[in-house]
Amino acid sequence: MKIHEHQAKELFKQAGVAVPRGYVAYSVNEAVDAAKKLQSEGIKGFVVKAQIHAGGRGKGGGVKLAPTLDDVKTKSEAILGMQLKTHQTGPDGQKVRRLWIEEANPPKKEMYFSLILDRERQCVSVLASAEGGMDIEELAHKSPEKILKMPIDPAAGWQDFCSRRVSSFLGLDAHPNAKVLSAQMGTFLKNLYSFFWAKDCSIVEINPLAIVGEGEASRIVALDAKINFDDNGLPRHKELLELRDEHEEDPKELEAAKYDLNFVALDGNIGCMVNGAGLAMATMDIIKHYGGEPANFLDVGGGATTDKVREAFKIILKDPNVKCIFVNIFGGIMKCDVIADGVIQAAKEIKLSVPLVVRLEGTNVDKGKALLNQSGLAIISADSMADGAQKAVAALKAK
Amino acid sequence: MAVLVGNQTKLITQGITGKTGLFHSIQCRDYGTKVVGGVTPGRGDTEVEGFKVWNSCFEAVEEGGANVSMVFVPPLFAADAIMEAAAAGIELIVAITEGIPVLDMVRARQFIHNTNRTRKAAGKSAVRLIGPNCPGVITPGQAKIGIMPGYIHKPGKVGIVSRSGTLTYEAVHQTTSLGLGQSTCIGIGGDPVNGTNFIEALELFNADPETEAVIMIGEIGGSAEVDAARWIQKNMKKPVAGFIAGVTAPPGRRMGHAGAIISGGDDTAEAKIKIMKEAGINVAATPAEMGKALKAIY
Repeated sequence: MKIHEHQAKELFKQAGVAVPRGYVAYSVNEAVDAAKKLQSEGIKGFVVKAQIHAGGRGKGGGVKLAPTLDDVKTKSEAILGMQLKTHQTGPDGQKVRRLWIEEANPPKKEMYFSLILDRERQCVSVLASAEGGMDIEELAHKSPEKILKMPIDPAAGWQDFCSRRVSSFLGLDAHPNAKVLSAQMGTFLKNLYSFFWAKDCSIVEINPLAIVGEGEASRIVALDAKINFDDNGLPRHKELLELRDEHEEDPKELEAAKYDLNFVALDGNIGCMVNGAGLAMATMDIIKHYGGEPANFLDVGGGATTDKVREAFKIILKDPNVKCIFVNIFGGIMKCDVIADGVIQAAKEIKLSVPLVVRLEGTNVDKGKALLNQSGLAIISADSMADGAQKAVAALKAK
Repeated sequence: MAVLVGNQTKLITQGITGKTGLFHSIQCRDYGTKVVGGVTPGRGDTEVEGFKVWNSCFEAVEEGGANVSMVFVPPLFAADAIMEAAAAGIELIVAITEGIPVLDMVRARQFIHNTNRTRKAAGKSAVRLIGPNCPGVITPGQAKIGIMPGYIHKPGKVGIVSRSGTLTYEAVHQTTSLGLGQSTCIGIGGDPVNGTNFIEALELFNADPETEAVIMIGEIGGSAEVDAARWIQKNMKKPVAGFIAGVTAPPGRRMGHAGAIISGGDDTAEAKIKIMKEAGINVAATPAEMGKALKAIY
């Protein structure tokens, strides 16, 4: 699960990780009030930041400096409600529904820091670089030597030497205020690592991590904050579920999640209903192989019921691009006759108007096929996955 | 015995009193697997469907001689169950449970690693975890540990290792239809942190006299297939066919499995297929041709 920057910063603050002061705003008036509040706390300049679940907001025009209250008003008017397009949003962009009004903190130095679940080493690892503000993948590609990658032993956890190593790699040792900054960094990183484990995170990224202020007043602060949570850990963190923003998610995918269906919307026109995640991906691939374009990924799971199959059909058909449906089932524990029954009921109930290709294999396959044949529905039966994919592509062309 | 499981297997089910755990324990027993009982804390000294129930894995090992465990414990408690099995010295732990928090698995892996160091020093064999989020392990005709439909399998000489359950069934079905059959099928699971990876499974097949060829089925996300391809190129003595699911998967989206997500340029299906081909693996163009791809080289 992803959350907004302002939510991440609030969680950081609670965890003892330094962040700038700021307030969330859902309207221009609230934005101006937020800035006034900051002003009363002694803050002189502001930043207006669009809150959407995508990176690259600055480049897309969603982050603006606002030196005065008037600027906060005009910038907020411009950003709130805009379709913000970044390299992560897709061509339509994402509508900005909330703003984060923050104290302006001109960075003296911008760095990069993240904690990630490291699949290669099967532990949590640090990624850090003295070059902040840029795309880390691009940097990893161009100058991998500028990135520190350090695995953290899960049994020992974060040790002080880990902080010293990060500080040194980021060049803090050379800073005139090295002692103070390194101490701050130690607390910052230790608290961040504890937070990662305590809340079942899968990624925590701070880009930029900055040094702000002059001389003795120099300090470390997270100018941006991104957190992704491991969905499997969410059941034990009920408080985090409240942070979910459904506006940021595909409505079809939200609907599917209600019925415990794994669904991902794609751009094609052949809807897919499959059991098992690997087979569901492979079904999309074989459709493409025979010249078609899949409209979705959909795994109905191992224990699909008639209800689930019906809901799956409804969700697939919500996409107006879908001109054909391919059902590909390898019944193991799931019996083919149960699937066939679900398909027939669903097709009748929703008065299916697009061609339906069904490939059944596995447990009770003969019973399942017989049910489909006797149903009186115009179902195109396929003998194998390849046959089914070819028939789905052909049905589309015939239309 | 092919690899991992066979006639010598004495299976227990952790979470045997749950609906799914019990159902599959019965299915495994019906297949011919020697099931000595199960474990549910607090339900010891009872019986369910003819299975003896113990309070802990320690008791199951001591009294029942259990050497393999199948884990059906709910996600938030599954890592604890896995670690208990390892501490009790159960040599093979097959975790079927889907949805275990990944940091729990980081801890469990570390625990198994440390357990094995102690066991090695004491001259004992290592414990091994398969999964989680996997269909299990089957040696056709001998022992089925997991949720796969037993009847599609046929004793034979092909080893299958896969991150996906239903794609394994496809490969099994195809090799059975071609008259090849399987030595052992290992589902390593779809999670980003797991107990046994491709290379470890391939090492077992490489050393097994009853396995003559291997099908390796991977998907997008992570570097396990690429690491395995490089290992195969250097070490594998037997022909390997393969398949990678997800050439049409969009980057950054989780495709069902927790581990099936493209997060960089190197973990796409295309990148993996390219390196597998370079390593001499016959990669099937479609999932319908995994059996054919193997037959062409074996």
